[in-house]
Amino acid sequence: MFLKNWWKLLSFFLLLYTFTAGFLGKVPARPILNETIRNLYFHVAMWFGMMIFFIVSVIYSIKYLRHNRPSDDIYAVEFARTGIVFGLLGLITGSVWAKYTWGDFWSNDPKQLGAAIALLIYLAYFVLRNSLTDLDKSARISAVYNVFAFAMLFPTIWIIPRLVESLHPGGMGNPALDTKDIDSRMRVIFWFGAIPGWTLLGVWITTLRTRLQLLSLKHELHG
Amino acid sequence: MVKLSSRLCLSVFAMMLSFFVYAQDSLKDEKPQMAEAFRSSGKIYVVVAVLVIILIGLFLYLVNTDKKISRIEKNIK
Repeated sequence: MFLKNWWKLLSFFLLLYTFTAGFLGKVPARPILNETIRNLYFHVAMWFGMMIFFIVSVIYSIKYLRHNRPSDDIYAVEFARTGIVFGLLGLITGSVWAKYTWGDFWSNDPKQLGAAIALLIYLAYFVLRNSLTDLDKSARISAVYNVFAFAMLFPTIWIIPRLVESLHPGGMGNPALDTKDIDSRMRVIFWFGAIPGWTLLGVWITTLRTRLQLLSLKHELHG
Repeated sequence: MVKLSSRLCLSVFAMMLSFFVYAQDSLKDEKPQMAEAFRSSGKIYVVVAVLVIILIGLFLYLVNTDKKISRIEKNIK
């Protein structure tokens, strides 16, 4: 039991650590940001989670295209779904944060636009999937689409936002993790608490959904 | 596997301890306004308490859902 589920417990303790140390720990005092710098543990962690889930999703899509196993398709879909949930949460929390630091919920910042476009591309993945009634065809075409959707992540969230001027920290470099903005005590909470904690939580939720989907697949096959 | 996971947990825990070490030193630049009053009056603990309760609640719900799905998996097999 513990052998199989220890990472769920780890996720709990990492998030417990993030929530307590994230609020009680000292943070560097920065103008404009003030205490909102603590959003790093929550808002930025959402984006990291999303990227990880999309990477896992595309790996399963490629696996599906190679081996034609329906379970791979289910994994790809559910990881993409959790990725979208995390991405939407990142977008919403980001715009709340932007309201109190940049002055507006939405200011057409390249990073906001890029993230929104990336999410729309992934939403189209589900539209495409659900519009095809033939299960096999739907899985195959959406797996191919997923590879393209993943490829679009590169320009929309990894390249263009790094090249253009932006309100977002690290406009001309690495967003959010600049040494000018955060210090080592924040980095520990971020890398060892928030990122693995939130990601493992997302993986757990995804496995719950994939297990349900696998059950209904089995039910369909064997009646 | 048990050894590996417990070793991993232990090393992560050790990294977390460094937070307490950092908590000892004071801020050098105090110009930007931080929520010092909220902190000194101790009310930040209220926020942390609320968040911890929500976190525990959410995880209990997840554990519950996980168990239910496991039961269905067993029944179908």
